[in-house]
Amino acid sequence: MMSSSPLLSLRGITKAFPAVLANDHVDLDIFSGEVHALLGENGAGKSTLMKILYGFYRADSGEILLSGKPVQIRSPHDARGYRIGMVFQDFILIPALTVAENIALFLPNLPFILDNASIVNRIEEISERYGLQVNPKALVWRLSVGERQKVEVLKLLLADAKILILDEPTRSLAPHEVEGLFQVFTNLRRDGYAVAFITHKLKEVLVCADRITVMRRGKVAGTLPGSEATESALISLMFGKTIDEFSRKRSETPLEGRNPFLELKMVSTQPEGTGWGLKDINLTIKPGEIVGVAGVSGNGQKELGDVVLGIEKCSGGAKNLGGQDATHWSVARVRGRGVAFIPEDPLSMAAFPWLSVQENMAMANTHMYSRQRGLSMDWEAVRSDLQASLKRLGFNIPPFYVPLGILSGGNIQRMILAREMAHNPKLIIAFYPTRGLDVQSAVAARKVLVASRDSGAGILLISEDLGELFALSDRLVVMFRGRIVATSTPKDISMKDVGYLMTGSKGEYGRSG
Amino acid sequence: MDKVTAGIDLFRNKRVASVIRFSGLFGIALLVFAVVLLVFGKNPIRAYVDIFSATLGSSYGFSEVLVKMIPLALTALAVAIPSRIWLINVGGEGQLFIGALFATWGAINFSNLPAWLFLPWISILGFLGGGLWASISGFLRAKGWASETISTLLMNYVAILLVNFFVFGPWKDPESANYPQSIPFPDAAILPSFFGSRVHLGAVLAIVGLILFHFVLSRTRWGLEMRAIGINQEAARRNGISTYRYIILLMFIGGGMAGLAGMGEVSAIHGQLRPSLSPGLGYTGFLISWMAMGNPLGIVAAAFLISVITAGGDILQMTHRIPGAAVHILMALVLFVVLARRAGKVGGK
Repeated sequence: MMSSSPLLSLRGITKAFPAVLANDHVDLDIFSGEVHALLGENGAGKSTLMKILYGFYRADSGEILLSGKPVQIRSPHDARGYRIGMVFQDFILIPALTVAENIALFLPNLPFILDNASIVNRIEEISERYGLQVNPKALVWRLSVGERQKVEVLKLLLADAKILILDEPTRSLAPHEVEGLFQVFTNLRRDGYAVAFITHKLKEVLVCADRITVMRRGKVAGTLPGSEATESALISLMFGKTIDEFSRKRSETPLEGRNPFLELKMVSTQPEGTGWGLKDINLTIKPGEIVGVAGVSGNGQKELGDVVLGIEKCSGGAKNLGGQDATHWSVARVRGRGVAFIPEDPLSMAAFPWLSVQENMAMANTHMYSRQRGLSMDWEAVRSDLQASLKRLGFNIPPFYVPLGILSGGNIQRMILAREMAHNPKLIIAFYPTRGLDVQSAVAARKVLVASRDSGAGILLISEDLGELFALSDRLVVMFRGRIVATSTPKDISMKDVGYLMTGSKGEYGRSG
Repeated sequence: MDKVTAGIDLFRNKRVASVIRFSGLFGIALLVFAVVLLVFGKNPIRAYVDIFSATLGSSYGFSEVLVKMIPLALTALAVAIPSRIWLINVGGEGQLFIGALFATWGAINFSNLPAWLFLPWISILGFLGGGLWASISGFLRAKGWASETISTLLMNYVAILLVNFFVFGPWKDPESANYPQSIPFPDAAILPSFFGSRVHLGAVLAIVGLILFHFVLSRTRWGLEMRAIGINQEAARRNGISTYRYIILLMFIGGGMAGLAGMGEVSAIHGQLRPSLSPGLGYTGFLISWMAMGNPLGIVAAAFLISVITAGGDILQMTHRIPGAAVHILMALVLFVVLARRAGKVGGK
């Protein structure tokens, strides 16, 4: 239970970056045995504050007290000495090494001769206890994003951290994994650990936090005990006003008469790494409908998107686009037919950080923007299309000549969204489109999807957020181990049933179709 | 906005800083080599004065530096072009030899062609030879069967042996007193030279190649797509850019550049095919390309530097009786400069 004096206190922390006051006299107390959520929009200063605590940045002024005594945290190494550990948003694992090797590298006092067996044992023991199952001998590059996160958490636990800081830990987890993580939090709390985590998802905060500190524009807007917090109270703290959550409008036009734009018939793929290959997938998407795909990450959703895009080849079955056989089309040809792709992780899957914003914009349609058969590029057209698309989406317009990589993560995602939406796509493959966006931007992105649906685009929506899937989808399919195990509509199936189907704890519903 | 302009300034400063750092490190290389000369009991100041006056102080010396630069700029391009998408072409040497082989075949078999067609035809053959040779490695890489670094390196030996086979065997000049060399090229197959020096038409090919490289990279759709692949191959594939095609194509063009270098050497310098065609021009080109980090102007600067050093080696041997190989110490020091700069880059980001 909570002790009376804080384990850790931040007092008057101020940190300025060029042109931004990231933290402005921030006070924060963290007690042992509490789960403390740090809530706020993108750029509210949450990450900066936690990075100061972890010694990644140094505060311009202010002090850090550990059990009442002031301490100097000059580096992550110092922080770890004080038993503070942090999981970053971008993981810091070495892909070519195994899970156990990655964790061993992080441990203090690593003996000269590695005792792999004992490390593996400790990993298995702790992952068993907290429900963070990962194969210690698996190579990290073969793991899904969700599994890598587990490794990061395990790393801290094995290194004996007492204060755990997690920067948006639920961002890449499937719903049942999120529950698992919260269970971990509960166990840690029982053992007297302090957990501080950053998020901008209100619902999670309400479920698991003992106390919630809301940040807005570098300042603490307020701290509430979890038991007293409500969604509207938190939203008004976050934004200073209430915002309209997106309200769902179904398209009224009947879909019966329309020919499907996308048809997958008995499509299978070869399994790769630890993922599941697709097995006998039948799926159609008509113009003007959103087909949601629910599933625990790593059950074939990525392969499904890649097959439609043409990156992954079908080992069996057929794919039709707009009535033509597209089974063996190149990615360029698929895209040329009006297929857009909004990826899970724009920095690795869609963006070119060292190219300028406008060059990134041109990249999805290099043929369209080239002149004289490729000898030159029509940058004027690129800019005006990008501008128009950003305006339509209601996003801010960044300078076009700067390297994309210097924009914030959320802005990069917005730029990719604007690029993919620029040419009225006929089919949109949306891969976790709102992951990593703050509440307002996520609402905007959902509005974009719905607006595209209403203007006749078909959408394949792959999401981890069941709430989002139920709110947006016209039809829902559930994937488990590379198969579609159920096809339904949000009206006809409950979230709970979908949850069971995703985790394979219930037999197949009506067969795929 | 301030953050944005600060980022741009940082870029500019970085470029300036890297030029300053490079010059400084090059100075250190010269200093260390001066110590080596002192150990040999030579006066380093006189040695340096001789090197620079003999290479840069006379029009003949300078023209000889230019002659050395021509194949080096071309073999550097052979590395720089594929390196845009992180292909590491170590096979410039072999591609140069095969280019020379093809050019020789053209020169001794097509002498009845009209003059206006004969030289272009030989050049095309040289380009094709190097290009096809390199695209074998490109194909293997595109298919995911073999690393281009390994295959290009190994194929160097095959290429040199192939040339040996021809000059010792079917193409051996019967009048050459048993020297392993082909018959001399007909006059019409000799690349014309300028101003009575040995600077030949290959210089124009190299300059055109460098300019085209820069233009394609910065202005065209292909350049944009190449840069995209170089930065993020996964994203490029998802955007519908065919990495497969670019891997083979860039290896072909790169190899073609080395092939042109071979054609120039055999046609303008040697006038016949010999096994001693190249003193490691392909490998030196590799060094130059990485010194210049693939930048066209940087290639010119680095090729110039290396040419002055190699020409300087000859001078030292002739006038100071220092073994010609001693200059390799200076070359190695320069290589360290390059490595130091790269290591700095890795550490910095």
